[in-house]
This record gives sequence, structure tokens and C-alpha cells, in this order.
Amino acid sequence: MTSTFRTTVRANLAKPEVRANFYRAMDGLMTRRLDQFPDKAELERLRTQSMAIRANALSKLPELLETLEANLTRNGIQVHWAETPEQGNQIVQAILERHNAKSIIKGKSMVSEEMGMNHFLEALGIECLESDLGEFIIQLDGETPSHIIMPAIHKNRVQIAKLFHEKFPDIPYTEDVDELTQMARRILRDKFYATTVGLSGVNFMVAETGTLCLVENEGNGRMSTTAPSVHIAVTGIEKVVESLSDVPPLLSILTRSATGQPITTYFNMISSPRKPGEKDGPEEVHLVLLDNGRSNIYSDPELLATLRCIRCGACINHCPVYVRIGGHSYGTVYPGPIGSILEPQKAGLDVHGELAQASTLCGACSEVCPVRIPIPSILNRLRYDGVRRDTANTNTVGSGKRRTLSEAATWKTWAWAATHPTIYHAGSTLATHFKGMLPTNLGAWTTVRSAPKLAESTLHQQVKNLGVDHE
Amino acid sequence: MSNTARANILARLKETPPQPSHTSYSSPDKGRLGGVSYAWDTAERVRRFTERMVAVRAEVHHATPETWLDVVSQVCAAKGLSNLLVSPETVLGKQIHAQAERFPTLKTYDQPIESWKQEMFYGIDAAFTGTHGGIAETGTLIVMPSVDEPRLMSLVPPVHIALLEVDKLYTTFAEAVQEQGWVQTGMPTNALLISGPSKSADIEQTLAYGVHGPKELVVVVV
Ligand code: SF4
Repeated sequence: MTSTFRTTVRANLAKPEVRANFYRAMDGLMTRRLDQFPDKAELERLRTQSMAIRANALSKLPELLETLEANLTRNGIQVHWAETPEQGNQIVQAILERHNAKSIIKGKSMVSEEMGMNHFLEALGIECLESDLGEFIIQLDGETPSHIIMPAIHKNRVQIAKLFHEKFPDIPYTEDVDELTQMARRILRDKFYATTVGLSGVNFMVAETGTLCLVENEGNGRMSTTAPSVHIAVTGIEKVVESLSDVPPLLSILTRSATGQPITTYFNMISSPRKPGEKDGPEEVHLVLLDNGRSNIYSDPELLATLRCIRCGACINHCPVYVRIGGHSYGTVYPGPIGSILEPQKAGLDVHGELAQASTLCGACSEVCPVRIPIPSILNRLRYDGVRRDTANTNTVGSGKRRTLSEAATWKTWAWAATHPTIYHAGSTLATHFKGMLPTNLGAWTTVRSAPKLAESTLHQQVKNLGVDHE
Repeated sequence: MSNTARANILARLKETPPQPSHTSYSSPDKGRLGGVSYAWDTAERVRRFTERMVAVRAEVHHATPETWLDVVSQVCAAKGLSNLLVSPETVLGKQIHAQAERFPTLKTYDQPIESWKQEMFYGIDAAFTGTHGGIAETGTLIVMPSVDEPRLMSLVPPVHIALLEVDKLYTTFAEAVQEQGWVQTGMPTNALLISGPSKSADIEQTLAYGVHGPKELVVVVV
């Protein structure tokens, strides 16, 4: 049976323009990242340090979340907890209803994508407007992000120019990036002016001070968190760090790994709503902490490393599979290597387990990961969990669900033959003799390759002929 | 709902035996980047800061306590600004207000945003603010908005002119946090690091400036 994933991959491979857009972008990002780390030793030290900061935070996650909540509450920020995306959406809905808000303006937030917030709110008649330029572009086209940092990376300038012209026919056609940007600025400025509820994601939450940190270049994050009278932040429970001094190294390695910038234009630290006497900023700030499977991942010492991720996207930029099939092929919120380990764990191996197979295990992802997540090992573990029989010993959702009788039987037979020398010899000699009759069609493998040919004689025979005595 | 969710999530997390903390995590060093520390003197910090700021298309002017007002006034003239938002309450703002005739029409942020949002969004050409310091390594301004210089001043007007005092120019972000005692004094409502004018590379990786925030950032280093 052909899965949706395979069908989408095939369809996307057949789009040369999209492939070219990805190739160009990822090439540039890899070079820019490399330029940021001229000193290899410093990079390795910084990676170790960043891994340690994240591992330390995870090692005391429940306590840090409680400290964070206490400090945010003391600062006047309202904290909400959601086990599922539905609960998260309902919390947002309740806040909007209390303010009688019919629209919301959003800064970039992958967790809100994870929650399917736009669909949820739009079904309630609430307009959700994305204000990050890339998100704004794909929203116009009814698409989802194809990259976690650069959501519209799959489109080129001409495609975007045509899209703008189609959606805003009153504005003259232009392919000039500056003019396109200014068009978006004018349209979105009016929305920032008028909208009373803004939403954002969070990059780091500092337990020690009760501070929400946002990393961005455009100012959409600052606008969404400052201009409207209510600010709602949504994020996963793992994004907490212990102290403020943990932030500078993480910020540095995040921006350098992601886009090759020494720092982004804005680093925004929010610690409270508008205080008495202050003249702007939201009157209310809310934080929605989303679990959505994270506490389950947390329970496995090997898979826990997944939660160290700081969402820099470097693994995506360096993945040879991603660059060919593109972000949309994954059919998930997070694409690329991080998506291939996170999504199967969140949704279950029966739903997205195939993604763990969509890797050559080349290791480029773990080589660049700033927090040293062993992505290939986790992929292997998930492959194993998918087909294992002793599912009682693992918490991974959907364990054993990818086990098929035919595959299990094949491997069982192979194992039996390989451990019985007489059978193995007979089998390999037979196969060599009748190699002309072996099938040339081996399913998916031979759709793009020729079938392997067996040698004239078996390895054992060749070794014997060479006169090597194996005894 | 939220309380049950909270209890359930925390219970699940607490069920997991505590994970050993990473051994190489040593607190005294953790603010430093990869163990690197630079020995930059003031001149080197200013040089690095300027280089980085200019690289992201900010304008940097060097001035003295005697000349900075001239510099700001020249910048306003060169950009053809018709007005400038500046606090009459801060030390620097007072000096600009005292010589109002040398500047474009001075505007003040003396009421909550709700009472003058339209003018702020569509009628202000530029804002002048002080800063809380700077970071040489990355070419960054530290801005902590206050009652006198609210948050939107450095965000909404198309031009942001900021003054940075050299003695508050730190080498790294970590050093600024430590030297200024951010944890001890408590964090303000909003603290910002600003490194250049607003920009995006979302269209074909091509840099475009002034997406939502200022199109131009002018830093006067004194
Ligand atoms: S897994 Fe590592 S490289 Fe990939 S996004 Fe997360 S932190 Fe970045």
C-alpha cells in the first residue's frame, strides 16, 4: 500500500521549482552557519555548554515549571496548563471571549501550528492573522509552513509577487522584495493598530526571574506582544531554563545555528503586563503551557534528549532528505530530522512512524545540532519501537504497531538460516546457481535502481579458491 | 480544566525518576559563551560594536557630551524628519527639549497609548530614546522601556535614534546581565536587545528592512 507520506514525497519530487527553491536556500544557510563558527573548538565547547544547560533544565523540569509559574504569577502573568491541543485552544478561546475579541494577530509560533489554532478559532468565526512575513505569505495561499524558521522558503520571489497580485489586485504588480515587504507592512500595521489580542510563541522561559524570551528579526513578535491590550503566549512545557545566565549562550548558538546571524534584530524579554503608570503594553499577559505528549517523552531516558531541542532548524537545513523532498512532504508541523523524531513520538508510531524511516542516518543532523541531540540513535530507537514485540517495556505511543507479519517472518527465516551453516551454505550456493532466475523487480527499491546481481560464486567459494584457510 | 491539566502534567513529570544533571554544567562559567572571554578595551569595544551595527545597516555616529545634540539635530535634518518623539522627562530628553528650535517639531508620549494611538501609528516620523547600555560582541543596544520612554517608542516610528553611553558598552550579553545585576534588581516589564533596524529574509532569502519595526536605526555613541 502506498502511504500518504510516499505519495506526497513523489508529488513534491516532481516539482523542480520547489526543489530548486529548497536547494538554493539550504545551501546559503549551511554556508552562513559555518561562517559564524570560525573556531571549531569554540563551537564544540559552546555545543557542550548548551547541551548541559538544556539537560540541566530537563533534569529538574517539574520543579522549574513550578518556580516559573510562581515567579510569572508574582509578576502578574497568568499561567494556564493544557494537556492537549484542544485544551490549549479552549483556553485561548475563553480569553478571547472574555474580551469579546473577534480577531487575533499572531507573531510566529510553531506551537500554535501544533495546536491547529487557526482552524479552531476560524471555525468559531474568529479571524487569525499571521504577521510574520513568511507566515503571512503562506496564509494568503492557504498553506502551512515548510520550515520552522523560514515558513515560506519553498516559494520564490516571482511566486510571491503573483500571489500578492492575486490577493491584492488594487496594488500594482511588483517583483521587488522591498516593495513586497512594504506592502505587507502597510497591511499588517493597520491590523496591529486595530486588533486587541496578540499571540506569540516563546523561545526560552526563565524560571529564576519569571521572564518570557522571544527571538526575532522583523518586529512582529514585539508588535504582537506590545500593541494589543492582551498578549497570549503559547509554548511547550520543555522550553524552561533555570536561570537568566543560561540565556546568553543559548541565544548565541540558536541564532548562529539557525540563520547564521550573530544575534537577531530583536531579543525580547517580557516579565510582566503593563504596570501602573506605564503608558503602553498589554494590560493582561497569559502563558499557555502545552504538554501534548511531552511528559510522555520525558519518561524515557533515551528519548528525553528530544526535549532539549531549541528549534533552531539547523538539522533541517543540513538534511539531504529534507532538501530533496521539501518540508510539506512530511505532512507534519515540524519537518526534517527534528520532525522525524518528534512527530512520531507525539502522534504515535502508527500515525507518523514512517518518518523515522525517512532518513539515511547520515548523521549530518546530529553533527550540527547545537544541543547535541543524538537524532540518528533516536531514529533507530523509534524504528525498533515501531516493530518490537515486547511493547510492555516502552512508553512510546504506537509501539509495535508497525510490526507486520511478513516482515517479521522474513527476518525470522533469515536469522534461522544465518545461524544454521548447512542451510546457509545450501541457500547461498543455490542462489548463485540460479541467479539468472532471481526477480529483477524488488518493489520500491527497483523503481529507481537496477536490482543487485549476485556474484558468480559465493564469498565462501571465492575465499576457498584463493586458498585462504579460515580455520 | 486548567488545574486538572496542571496536576496531571506535573504528576506525570514527577513520576519519572530524576534525571542526572549534566556533569559538565558548572554554574560559575555558564554565562560565558563556550568558555570564551575577551579582553577588549573601550576602544576595541566601540570598534566592534560599530562594525557589527553597520553590518546590519544601522547608522552609527560618534559624538561627545558637547556634540551629541548637534549630531542628533543633523541626523533629523538629513532625514527630513517633520517631527521627533522625545521624552521631556529624561536627562537627555530635557536637553533636546531645551533646544527645541534646532529639532523638528517635538512630540511627547505623555498619555496612555489608547488616547493617541492613531497619531503614534500614522503620524510620528521618528523617536529618540536613551539606552540601558550596549553589547560590543554582537553590536546590540540594551533598551529597557520605562514610564518616560514607553515600549512602542523604539518600535512603531519608522526611524529610531538611540544614544549609547560608552561606559555602558559591555563586551558580551552575559557580562551586561552580570555587571548590571539584572537578577538582583529584578526584570522590568520589558527588556530588549536591539541589533539593527527591523528586517526579514522571508522572501527568497533577500534582506528587506523595515518589516514591522523601524526601517532605520541611528545610534549616537557618546
Ligand atoms: S534538533 Fe537540534 S538542530 Fe534540530 S532544531 Fe532542534 S536544536 Fe536545532
